[in-house]
Amino acid sequence: MKLFAGRLLVMVAGFALLMAACGGGEDTDTAVPVEDVHPEEILEGELNLVGSTTVQPLAEVLAASFETLYPEVTVYVQGGGSSVGVRSAADRSADIGMASREVKVSEIQENPEIVVHTIARDGIAVVTEPGCTVEGLSLEQVRQIFAGEITNWSELGGGDMVITVVAREEGSGTRAAFEEMVMGEALITDSAILQPSNGAVRTTISVTPGSIGFLSFGYLDEQTGPVAIDGSLPTEENAASGDYTVVRPLNMITYGQPEGKVKVFLDFILSEDGQAIVTAEGYLPVD
Amino acid sequence: MQRRKRQFDTAMKYSLLFAALASMLIVLMIGVFTFREALPAFRHIGLEKLLTEPVWRPGQEQYGILAMIAGSGLVTLGSVILGVPLALGCAIFLSEIARPRVRAVVKPCIELLAGIPSVVYGLFGMVVIVPIVRQIEVPGNTGFGLLSASIVLAIMILPTITSVSDHAIRSVPKEYREGSLAMGATKWETVSRVVIPSARSGIISAVVLGLGRALGETIAMIMVIGNSVIIPAAASSNPLTIFLSRARTLTGNIAVEINYATGLHQSALFATGVILFLLIMIVNSSARYLMSRGGMRKSG
Repeated sequence: MKLFAGRLLVMVAGFALLMAACGGGEDTDTAVPVEDVHPEEILEGELNLVGSTTVQPLAEVLAASFETLYPEVTVYVQGGGSSVGVRSAADRSADIGMASREVKVSEIQENPEIVVHTIARDGIAVVTEPGCTVEGLSLEQVRQIFAGEITNWSELGGGDMVITVVAREEGSGTRAAFEEMVMGEALITDSAILQPSNGAVRTTISVTPGSIGFLSFGYLDEQTGPVAIDGSLPTEENAASGDYTVVRPLNMITYGQPEGKVKVFLDFILSEDGQAIVTAEGYLPVD
Repeated sequence: MQRRKRQFDTAMKYSLLFAALASMLIVLMIGVFTFREALPAFRHIGLEKLLTEPVWRPGQEQYGILAMIAGSGLVTLGSVILGVPLALGCAIFLSEIARPRVRAVVKPCIELLAGIPSVVYGLFGMVVIVPIVRQIEVPGNTGFGLLSASIVLAIMILPTITSVSDHAIRSVPKEYREGSLAMGATKWETVSRVVIPSARSGIISAVVLGLGRALGETIAMIMVIGNSVIIPAAASSNPLTIFLSRARTLTGNIAVEINYATGLHQSALFATGVILFLLIMIVNSSARYLMSRGGMRKSG
């Protein structure tokens, strides 16, 4: 608790410095072309990003290129989860909070000052252990599997093997987005193996025959086999064309309209260069 | 000169007293803080409901930690069943059988086990032990669950139990052994009938210390136990298959969810911490009690 208070103090001090260093301008949420950003304008100090572990790797890459444009600025990116991201922005313990899901109505009601900036979109893929022979499912079947109503692959045309559901823990942004887009009112089965990160889910699925789970697009590789949902595979093209529907926004959240280097950083992300990085990292750009 | 020395002595005494008080204060502060944070949960959910409700679903405002208590209890039991015979075997070998040169190699190896970070144990469990446990053909067995967790935990408590028991066995006076051997007892008879019974209280406290360590282990458990909030149940008519069930530990419950928790949910996690704190306090004080009894026996 003491540590936290100390950090808060440092951040408040940093924030005050920031306010003094750069005057705030009028803000718009639209993308600014990178040449309008004026790298010669002197920006310095720290930028603190806290939140979703799904946004974290993308934010780190964006931060690295931002730092080459503005060498006097150091960007710190920290995990913690989407809810922490929203909270950190709301209580101003971070300059920017990260969330890999829609910000909930209840969260906006509690903190009416927060402003949400969608910086990219990300698909959630349903994956199985690579040896699994079922390659396509309907959205309804996926719901029934995760709800624990379908428990054997033979019910879906596969071999006689028990289905092991792997999911994220309560509170995870990926889980919340999956529940919202796939599960509807249904609950994820209590007997699911729960793992606290995308990486742990991927490893668990890769070593467990008959397992199924969900992963952010950024974590797809040959360790797991992707499942086509309603006939379309979880690929960036299908998500961009709208054929693949399990897609969520990746958000950055600020306390009030962004100012100073926070604004410059967000503008950079939404610029053509920033969105090119988003695409290169395997996420979908925002239009 | 004498006075200077005396002053130095007094100064030393008080600074050491300060160190002792500080560590006591820290324990007290952690306890008070944890309890204060847990208070809303005790007030709004109620201790009884918290302890007896089997459903933990913070999204639906259901907070029961019975499943986690069962999970922690069973995995600790499993690790003791698997780990204690192994650790005792090691301790007896080291103290009674191994020659000094063998001991000089084996003992550091066992102690090295204590230095391996628990996340490495978890990783080892996930990619080595879980696939082996999965070979057991029971419907629904995925390898993730109490058995894998117990095996990992048994290895983790091995160094604690081995070194404390080893110490207890070695402090049995040499005359006991000599007397027994002189009466015509064999080496094994001496060890099993004379040495082990004399070291009994030390060995019991070693086991209890291992138990405390097992209860507190977190990250390695999260990686292999499956973390499902269910009260473990046997999958077939064989009651032992209960160990193939997935579970969640008290420590795992806190670690997995604290990042996201707010409000009552967060408080309920602190309440989980209070229960864990109490359990470990009970375990540690029984270890102290057993050790002090052993001490009295020896001096008496």
